[in-house]
Amino acid sequence: MIVEFGHFALILALLVAVAQVVIPAIGAHLKDERMMRVADPAAVSQLFLIAIAFFALTHAYVTSDFSVLNVAENSHSTKPLIYKLAGVWGNHEGSMLLWVLILALFGAAVALFGNNLPLTLKARVLSVQASIAVAFLLFSLLTSNPFTRLDPAPPDGRGLNPILQDPALAFHPPFLYMGYVGFSIAFSFAIAALIEGRIDAAWARWVRPWTLAAWMFLTIGIAMGSWWAYYELGWGGWWFWDPVENASFMPWLAGTALLHSALVMEKREALKIWTVLLAILTFSLSLMGTFIVRSGVLTSVHSFAVDPARGVFILAILVLFTGGGLALFALRSKDMQAGGLFQPISREGSLVLNNLLLVTGAATVLVGTLYPMALEGLTGEKISVGPPFFNMTFGPLMIPLLVALPIGPMLAWKRGDFAGAMQRLAFAFGAALVALVAVFAAEYRGPWLAPFGIALGVYVMAGAIVEWANRVKFGSAKSDEIIRRARNLPRSAYGTLLAHFGIGMLVVGIVATSAYREEHIQAMKPGEQITVNGYDVTFVGLERARGPNYVEDIADFNVKRGGETVARLTPSKRLYDAPPQTTTESGILAAWRGDLYLVIGDPQPNGGYAVRAYFNPLVRFIWLGALIMFIGGGISLSDRRLRVGAPSRSRQPIAVPAE
Amino acid sequence: MTRKQKRGVLIGGGVATLCVALVLVLFALKDSIVFFHTPSDIVEKGVPPGQRIRLGGLVEHGSVVRGEGTTITFKVTDTLRDIPVTFTGVLPDLFKEGQGVVAEGMLDGEGRFKADSVLAKHDENYMPREVANALEAKGVKLGAGAHPGQVKAGMP
Repeated sequence: MIVEFGHFALILALLVAVAQVVIPAIGAHLKDERMMRVADPAAVSQLFLIAIAFFALTHAYVTSDFSVLNVAENSHSTKPLIYKLAGVWGNHEGSMLLWVLILALFGAAVALFGNNLPLTLKARVLSVQASIAVAFLLFSLLTSNPFTRLDPAPPDGRGLNPILQDPALAFHPPFLYMGYVGFSIAFSFAIAALIEGRIDAAWARWVRPWTLAAWMFLTIGIAMGSWWAYYELGWGGWWFWDPVENASFMPWLAGTALLHSALVMEKREALKIWTVLLAILTFSLSLMGTFIVRSGVLTSVHSFAVDPARGVFILAILVLFTGGGLALFALRSKDMQAGGLFQPISREGSLVLNNLLLVTGAATVLVGTLYPMALEGLTGEKISVGPPFFNMTFGPLMIPLLVALPIGPMLAWKRGDFAGAMQRLAFAFGAALVALVAVFAAEYRGPWLAPFGIALGVYVMAGAIVEWANRVKFGSAKSDEIIRRARNLPRSAYGTLLAHFGIGMLVVGIVATSAYREEHIQAMKPGEQITVNGYDVTFVGLERARGPNYVEDIADFNVKRGGETVARLTPSKRLYDAPPQTTTESGILAAWRGDLYLVIGDPQPNGGYAVRAYFNPLVRFIWLGALIMFIGGGISLSDRRLRVGAPSRSRQPIAVPAE
Repeated sequence: MTRKQKRGVLIGGGVATLCVALVLVLFALKDSIVFFHTPSDIVEKGVPPGQRIRLGGLVEHGSVVRGEGTTITFKVTDTLRDIPVTFTGVLPDLFKEGQGVVAEGMLDGEGRFKADSVLAKHDENYMPREVANALEAKGVKLGAGAHPGQVKAGMP
């Protein structure tokens, strides 16, 4: 009954969304206030209805109602509650329901908190937002209905893929979708602006918080996925340039570019048309990601051709919104007033460089992701494009970006002082040089490029610190003056500093762990010992235990360092009941300087076990860096000048000291 | 700088970056992509030893031998031909006799395949895309002796 209720609510949500597309759009055209005001309650009730549908499906999962096809196929009665909940979005139909839920959530948030928006713009934004909802609600109802019943109901379900039964992965999709789908707001604003035919700095001020929120969640979502892959897949790797990963990484790159170009637009009224285009492209890449992951084109081009309903539907949505958006852009953008130009050496100039490199980087990732599919579709030739491709193309593009990153914020708007910026960054250059020499001295046998990579990361981190020191006049002012300045520094400035610092950490972590990882693969019998980067690891023995829904072979390792026991690690292999599948659980000893990472493999004929042991230096920096970026985004978002509901103040009368 | 010059720098910078990216992509596509072959392809097309390829097929029943230390040998078959593979390391969870597999590495001079990685995928239904397509093209019935789920490759 509750299930039918949910299904019904989803259909109602579709009808509400249709109304939300049509009525406010006509209202905005006719300048009819009453019609425009329909958008707000429509957006809120759309969210309410989809939430009911989502709740109904969740209820079916929690109560293990196997008369629902979706639950029977993806859940099992013995599964722990948290994975029953996570199971709701651990499958195609449920995850599409989560998609539309988050879409509606963002739409309702604009309706509720966008009080300072001009009425017509708001009506148009919500109308466009609802048109996306209509497309995806239709998709859900017509091709991926989560509420389909099964008769007769099976006694138990088939279970959730054990590898997905993990806390990090349980929350990875919601965060990822908050990011992906959040960019829909930027898209809706862009389309609304094109329809209005008018765009100004205020537009950027409205769009930026939404983009920032989406960016934050996408950042942490990607990081969670990477972390999960690291400890759950048992390969010690954290990024594989897998198409599924690329699908989320491309919108991240474009979204990062959008954040920065919107900044130029807000402060200088420049790059207006470009920013609108970027907003369209960013969401298009999100849709492209949804297509890649959800259409089945990845697993097999063949299966895509056999059951094309879903794939073709998403492809149609992708073409409609991307093509429609770009066509509208082509038609209307020339009527828009172009923004001002600026000197190449200036804050604007550096942000243009940022945009250029990020967007080009996203394009290379796109080529690497789509090329194998296109080639197979056209010639039947099968290839794989792996990490070497991305290291050769994406990597070199990021180097100038990272070099320019600390310099940009040091340049003034309009006309920057390059020599002065260099001078102020002396400390950062010094720190990088020290790091370079130190790494070379410690690891002179390693790849010769790696110390430069680490130095680059250190330079970015130091650059963020220098910028802070510079802004609070650290070193030149008295201490109470410094404290006063540090307090007065806007939160958005702290957000930027943290995000840039996080990028530096990320780079250090990536380079260190890629270049200096230590790997041992060995057959070990109980009592035997190996040495991994100063850790003496002894295999004590192996024990079989029973978990809630699996049998587990737990290996026991005693880890000593300098003669003292520092940890006992218990990597294991699990055999799940439903579906019967083994997973590898790693044993990790985390430390600042790096992770000791143990995995057990198959039993050997002589009673031993294959053991993989890694030392991954500074690998925590990767996720810590991403976490700091996330926090930086949050702090920036809490800045009252950026706050969505904050009244827009007139230009601040504070004179900028001439430098 | 005049307005024209400023615009010139912008456009020039954009074009230059795109050109660099294009050159990088073309070079990378030439050097760093890996072709996929089935055992029959290797025999028919005469893949030279030392070239990096991906070999895909089913793990032949009864062919897995765990040797000294962590070295493992097995045969990859597309039911028409088979190629012996040696691999040193820990096999992925989903590696099983009769199941689909993709190994990356190169042939030595004697027709043996030295793999440095064996593909692991985190999906019980997962039949590596290339394997499913290649086997179907050769008329092999999928799922013989394998997990029934894998026939449904591609259905999330």
